[in-house]
Amino acid sequence: MAAVGKSVARKDGIGKATGGAKYADDLTFPGMLFGRTIRSTIPRGRVRSVKLDFDTAGFTIVDHRDVPAKNAVDLMSQDQPFLVETEVRHMAEPILLLAHEDKEKLSAARVEIEYDEEAPLFDPEQSTQVFKAIDIVKGDVAAALAKADVIVEGTYRTGHQEHIYIEPNGVIAVPEDGGIAIYGSVQCPFYVIKALRCMLGSAHPNVRVIQTETGGGFGGKEEYPSIIAGHAVLLALKSGRPVKIIYDRVEDMVATTKRHPAIVRHRTGLTRDGKLVAMDVDVLLDGGAYVTLSPTVLSRGCIHAAGPYSCDDTRIQGRAVFTNTPPNGAFRGFGAPQTEFAVEVHMDRIAEQLGIDPVELRRINALRPGDRTATGQTLRDDCSAHMVLEEAVKRTDFTRKRREYRGTNRTIGLSLFYHGAGFTGAGERNLKSKARLELTLTGVRIATGSTEIGQGTRTMHAQIVTDALAIPYESVEVAQPDTSRVADSGPTVASRTCMVVGKILEECALEMKEKLGGLTPAEYYARSGGLTVERMYEPPDWIQWDDNTYLGDAYATYGWGCDVVELEVDPDTYEVRPLRITAVQEFGRPIHPALARGQIEGGTAQGMGYALLERVVMRDGAMANSTLTNYTIPTTLDMPEVDVVMLENPYPGGPFGAKGLGELPMDGPAPAVVNALRHMGLDVREIPATPELIAACGTIA
Amino acid sequence: MRTAVSELDLRSTASLDDALRILRDERRTPLAGATDLYVGLNFGTLPQRAFLDIWAVDELRGVAERGDALVLGALATYTSLIRSPLVQRRLPMLVEAARQVGGVQIQNRGTIGGNIANGSPAGDSLPVFAAADAVIVLRSADSERRIPITEYYTGYRATVMRPDELIVAIEVPPVEGRQWFRKVGTRAAQAISKIVVAGVRSAKPSVAYGSVAPTVVRVPRTEEALAAGAGIDAAVSVLETEIKPIDDIRSTAEYRLRVATNLLRRFWAETA
Ligand SMILES: Cc1cc2nc3c(=O)[nH]c(=O)nc-3n(C[C@H](O)[C@H](O)[C@H](O)COP(=O)(O)OP(=O)(O)OC[C@H]3O[C@@H](n4cnc5c(N)ncnc54)[C@H](O)[C@@H]3O)c2cc1C
Repeated sequence: MAAVGKSVARKDGIGKATGGAKYADDLTFPGMLFGRTIRSTIPRGRVRSVKLDFDTAGFTIVDHRDVPAKNAVDLMSQDQPFLVETEVRHMAEPILLLAHEDKEKLSAARVEIEYDEEAPLFDPEQSTQVFKAIDIVKGDVAAALAKADVIVEGTYRTGHQEHIYIEPNGVIAVPEDGGIAIYGSVQCPFYVIKALRCMLGSAHPNVRVIQTETGGGFGGKEEYPSIIAGHAVLLALKSGRPVKIIYDRVEDMVATTKRHPAIVRHRTGLTRDGKLVAMDVDVLLDGGAYVTLSPTVLSRGCIHAAGPYSCDDTRIQGRAVFTNTPPNGAFRGFGAPQTEFAVEVHMDRIAEQLGIDPVELRRINALRPGDRTATGQTLRDDCSAHMVLEEAVKRTDFTRKRREYRGTNRTIGLSLFYHGAGFTGAGERNLKSKARLELTLTGVRIATGSTEIGQGTRTMHAQIVTDALAIPYESVEVAQPDTSRVADSGPTVASRTCMVVGKILEECALEMKEKLGGLTPAEYYARSGGLTVERMYEPPDWIQWDDNTYLGDAYATYGWGCDVVELEVDPDTYEVRPLRITAVQEFGRPIHPALARGQIEGGTAQGMGYALLERVVMRDGAMANSTLTNYTIPTTLDMPEVDVVMLENPYPGGPFGAKGLGELPMDGPAPAVVNALRHMGLDVREIPATPELIAACGTIA
Repeated sequence: MRTAVSELDLRSTASLDDALRILRDERRTPLAGATDLYVGLNFGTLPQRAFLDIWAVDELRGVAERGDALVLGALATYTSLIRSPLVQRRLPMLVEAARQVGGVQIQNRGTIGGNIANGSPAGDSLPVFAAADAVIVLRSADSERRIPITEYYTGYRATVMRPDELIVAIEVPPVEGRQWFRKVGTRAAQAISKIVVAGVRSAKPSVAYGSVAPTVVRVPRTEEALAAGAGIDAAVSVLETEIKPIDDIRSTAEYRLRVATNLLRRFWAETA
């Protein structure tokens, strides 16, 4: 009857397959209005005047003066307004809100805004406004560089990336008895609550957020929904009616967050036979116009910037800076895909310069249990860098193919990567996440704020509870996240929902099992009535972390991966055709093999898009190719088969040995692709490696 | 949908005569598969408000031989072209092009009349028709004109077609020589061409490019160099001066020119 380790039916499967599942835009409420956002059309300046060029009868109109308490989105910093007061910092910044019951009248309404324009800043290297700076020092990098036999330097660049969740952002604010309810496509319902409390102040205490079925997030619905929810609430308060705001694809792409572009510089010292002796890394992230989550994206990016390698003397410096572009934010991988791209491409350049096989270079340097990471964390037995590397090399016959493809238009490359699971350092301790289990007439109900966004939260949590309680999987239900009813289990981000929230649920289930004293839930209910167990997360007690120096145990555990990409390049058009991808990943233990495979295949596809296709064209500070036609994510014809290999190396602190998996697969594909291109003689140091870029990097056999 | 749909005025007819009478008497935009028009409606960029749906005009759907010409009805869809033994035999480069249009849904709904009338320089059937010296048959309530495709476009998305006319057919004369087609899209499928080429290898070779100019273009000076036996290197040098592609959100002038020349070489090598 065990559910863990089996690909049981998804809890949300039938509803989604039959169309019964309700997404935000499927819901209507009596008297509901539609909301629309009027946005800036300049990247920087001041609003001089706003003129309503339409018959305002039947319209609800909101500007910054309608904000009850504080016109600031309460995130890491309170620098971003819900609505512009006078200063415009980026294109498509919200200035005015309109609502009407007729969508067509709403979209026909014309608003003329005059500005005093100022010269915008687009180049992060020219920016002097630093949102966050980080300096991680281990040993003495200058001294070590001075003693190195060889020094290899390089600069690597990554572009914006758009999430392209299949369902665009959308929320509905519904006034209800003594308060207001927000239904929406969100990853983190309690983040929305926090932002609304700040915006509304004490006059409006009763706010609840209900997560509707959500068509993907990838980080794009981590912080941004707070803004849309704020807008819908302002319109609902003013009109006294429910207000629905659903972005169309263009608005979603132009206005909402993207992955931070990065420029990463490496200066690396080695012995002649390939041992890393010094790594000096500099990371620059383009944060866009407001702080949003840039400090933590930078932190995760920097922590992963030295790659899964052992090197005694390292220094990683990072900055996230201001530019006049829409704010960048959370995106699967959270800074690590950028920095791991850089270090993995750099490793292949080192191998080339030293004349060492790139696999051998990694064998010499990859982390082992007992080694210390760049933050000084001593790794435990759940470190699997060598295991994934050897498996990938063997399975793909890498060395032979590498030799045989030389001089042809076919090539092969690999990347070795890792990803910390859960919040960084003391983050999980500070979060104090809670989970709750409630006895029902027939079984139990899971009541957490963790959201199902397609990745399988409900199913995976139910499996963990099923086995810990030893009851049938079918008797475990999962409550729809409603902040007034569920425990705040922390945000659904950072590859933490299985490892951290799953762990609390496992403990809740064990406690409940003890309390049931051998009775089935139905028997207990009949005798004693309800029973609720709520517990808080206890991170491992050995975690030591210093938030000032960034030294210590950055993450309780890491997932490990090695991707091998085989591809062909058309010598006339420079188009890349991936032929085969092998994704060897170790993430403790798969709770649900089919869902885990889905995460790896999907993350790999997203990584291939990042590597080759997905180019955000910025013009005057706005995305110029904001359609699915012109911002090209991979289709099935662009993706080859992915040979997924799931290796196990249990993490004792996770439920049934599980670590986090969500982000790991995103880190590997881009460097593997670019390393394959390098093996063909193409000196690519930037992604996306579009045919236009490749054409400029050399010629092909 | 950014266009106010309730303000749209749609008529439809199943008869060609009817359609032409309506177009004579009223200002209406014809609508065939609507795969291009719908995009404009969705983005709110379409100025027109009155439409005439001609999808049901079956007499415009056929593919036939008339005299020595291959005659393709304007409403022929990509799927019907792919399946037509006649097209497969006489114009395989059109089958090749049709297979690479959008995805299956678009191939089922999109028509060649729509592709030509829409006039995007990236339209994938256009270089094929240009290389094959096709003639566009335009009809109005009281007249019919036949315009070679190379004279059909007057500028970016501008054509000689009058508002009272419909494209009824495309006539393709016999094509002598080996046909060749290559699309370079922004990805492997569901892609707009960054550059698209069709060529016919004969004593008088013909080559046409899409996405390198405001309209589809033949490259007569390059063709002459090829015909004169000047060698592919010489022809490539001519081509480099004959087309002037531009930068846009999908690609760069530099890439387009380089790939255009590479593909000329490949055409020449693969049809030798
Ligand atoms: C997702 C997607 C993918 C696409 N991929 C491609 C692609 O790969 N390659 C490509 O070339 N195109 C592509 N297109 C564009 C489009 O599908 C084609 O141009 C198609 O051939 C248009 O035909 P239609 O019948 O749908 O035209 P419609 O949208 O009905 O009409 C287009 C224009 O032509 C006019 N028109 C139509 N028929 C006639 C007629 N008989 N006489 C006079 N005027 C007429 C209309 O008034 C309108 O101005 C794609 C479109 C979409 C939405």
